[in-house]
Amino acid sequence: MKSADVAADTAAPQPGSPLRAIAGSRLAHWLAVALTLLALPHLPGLDGNFGRSLLSQMGIAAVFAVSYSLLLGQTGLLSFGHAVYFGLGAYASIHLMRAIDAGLAIPMPLVPLAGAAAGLFFGMLFGSVTTRRAGVVFALISLGVGELVFAAMRILQGFSGGEEGITANRGIGPHPFGLSFGPQLQVYYVIAFWAMAAALALAAFLRTPVGRMCNAVRDNPERAAFVGYDPVRVRFVAFSVAAAFAGLAGGLHALNYEIVAAEAVGAGRSGTVLLMTYIGGVQHLFGAVLGAIAITWLQVSLSDYTTAWQLYVGLFFIGMVLFAPGGLSGLLLMHRPILATRALGRVLASYVGAAIPALLACCGAIALLEINYRRATQPDAGTRMRLFGISLDTSTPWPWLAALALIAIGAWLARLAAPRVKAAWADAMEEAAARSTPRKGAP
Amino acid sequence: MLEIVSFSLLNGIVYGLLLFMVSSGLTLIFSLMGVLNFAHASMFMLGAYFSYQIGLWLGFWPALAIAPLVVAGIGALIERYGLRHVHRQGHVAEILFTFGLAYVIVEFVVMVWGRNPIENRVPAVIDFPAFLLFGTSYPAYKVLMMAISVGMFAFLYLAFRRTRLGLVIRAALTHPDMVAALGHDVPRVFVFVFAIGSALAALAGVIGGFALLTEPNMAAELGPIVFVVVVVGGLGSITGAFIASMLIGIVQTFAVALDFSLLDLLAALHLSLGRDSAFHELAAVKLSQVAPLIPYLLLVLMLIFRPRGLLGTRES
Repeated sequence: MKSADVAADTAAPQPGSPLRAIAGSRLAHWLAVALTLLALPHLPGLDGNFGRSLLSQMGIAAVFAVSYSLLLGQTGLLSFGHAVYFGLGAYASIHLMRAIDAGLAIPMPLVPLAGAAAGLFFGMLFGSVTTRRAGVVFALISLGVGELVFAAMRILQGFSGGEEGITANRGIGPHPFGLSFGPQLQVYYVIAFWAMAAALALAAFLRTPVGRMCNAVRDNPERAAFVGYDPVRVRFVAFSVAAAFAGLAGGLHALNYEIVAAEAVGAGRSGTVLLMTYIGGVQHLFGAVLGAIAITWLQVSLSDYTTAWQLYVGLFFIGMVLFAPGGLSGLLLMHRPILATRALGRVLASYVGAAIPALLACCGAIALLEINYRRATQPDAGTRMRLFGISLDTSTPWPWLAALALIAIGAWLARLAAPRVKAAWADAMEEAAARSTPRKGAP
Repeated sequence: MLEIVSFSLLNGIVYGLLLFMVSSGLTLIFSLMGVLNFAHASMFMLGAYFSYQIGLWLGFWPALAIAPLVVAGIGALIERYGLRHVHRQGHVAEILFTFGLAYVIVEFVVMVWGRNPIENRVPAVIDFPAFLLFGTSYPAYKVLMMAISVGMFAFLYLAFRRTRLGLVIRAALTHPDMVAALGHDVPRVFVFVFAIGSALAALAGVIGGFALLTEPNMAAELGPIVFVVVVVGGLGSITGAFIASMLIGIVQTFAVALDFSLLDLLAALHLSLGRDSAFHELAAVKLSQVAPLIPYLLLVLMLIFRPRGLLGTRES
């Protein structure tokens, strides 16, 4: 998707590489993304109502996560209250939708702009206070502002509808080109359009001088100040822009669900966007998109099978923090240097060899967790349950023993396979290094 | 009126002391390790659940001692096998690690005790009226809560001021490199402090569990308020945390007890606000409704006017 594009964006410019070629490949990438977005809701499996609704949710989450990535990844501001701007944008949009329902002549697809405007307004309002400091203090303030706004939304029932929320109808209002925006497909295209516009705008923002200074302020605020940029102002600008895009995502949320409740500004949503962005990887904007897609898919698909999906997401997140701080995108980009090497095949083969036992161990762990979860949360459902298509009785010790055995065997085999992965990786890196050295001499 | 004031004051002090027990551990961990521990309120929750479970098996008094010890052990393990590895990647990674941990601990609690609140009643041994105040009895368990928190702090204060270990910890707070150069195992001090902080939170959980509601959401409810206390008091200042805890505890308890709104105030001043005015909804909000909002309002005001907190010495 936007991978190569954003990666090229953050990588140091190659001396001597023709500008025109870069611009050409850039355009090609964006076109490819646009075509993919156009085609997705017609692919088999995604062309039903469920698939299109899933794609819409992913689009909303992606805009939100990309805006968060601008904050955490590009500017180094760890926020625990980013949903404030999402939710307030959603509220502004739903109120505009109600006004349209009452007769205001604005086409529905423009509604998210109201969300972006509200996000920008509140981002500037709160940001003027919160961005004075970075780091831990900023994290704490963002948490406090988040709780403050959430509590306020619960109190101001007339404006927010409290926990039940307020509703609107997106089908009323002017119908440009005969589009009613009732069907999910039309809503998806509205979301896809705004997501694409947001991605383009953010990528462009990062290429402006102030966008560049965001990275400088993240890495070394003192030096940024010496260059002549006030870090507080740079943080404020980045924060406001991020809030505007969060508001845009909120507007899309209002348009998609036609309901906004107090939880839209809540700590839960702020936490989820943090998980998404970090799991996807904060170094590149496209990592946030990746994370949004992955976590939304997990939320939607896992919640059908298990009530424990938050546990899995939490464990996955901790695993990422401990072992892969670059996130999914970091893991993918790690392989770029070895793509052309002959050792690539061996690396992939060693992955398969390690993945099978690791999967076994995971199955064992999942079985153990699911059995326990079921016993605690549905004690009336009896002791018989189905897991991985197998029917088992949790009152006997066998399922427990089998799960433990799976974990032990899987872990043991994975340990055996680990040195092979390491060796294959080392070979591949060596080959890649040997290939790139002579090229360094070229002009 | 005097009755409301004195009862609110007593309840406010009890709540404030509870907040202090949790927040002092957090601020201790923060000032020593620079780690903003998002899983700290989860330790409070684990304390409540463990004491409930141990109380079922052994009774209240053993639970009061064992639950904090178990949580201290968990805290030590988290520091030794989790945080220490993330430490190299910087503070953001540490915060994120504890943030993820808080998620997982909630789900662990759900997995063991279910999603609904458990019946964590006040144990019979301490469920009797302690004294009469204006003809209304004051429950003994609240007195016990006060006694335990005050006793704990006297003990901690003396341990920090009068023992050799306390000296090493205090030195490690400001000069970790020098302390290590003198031959003390600073990483072990980290483990120890993390364990003590967790145990304090757990102890607060044991005595707070039956005063509040013991449910999987309790960590998420208390956590942000504890952060507010730590910021308002000044990051890293124990005395500041004490003042802030008492302030928030008492103010919040009083706000809950007062049923006034801006409209009432206006009416007392012989002013009136039309029902169709845009501010009518805002003005009709009662003070008791605003109570949960007060700590965060205090936080924002504090950060605007005095960013280093009441007694903080540094801004970040």
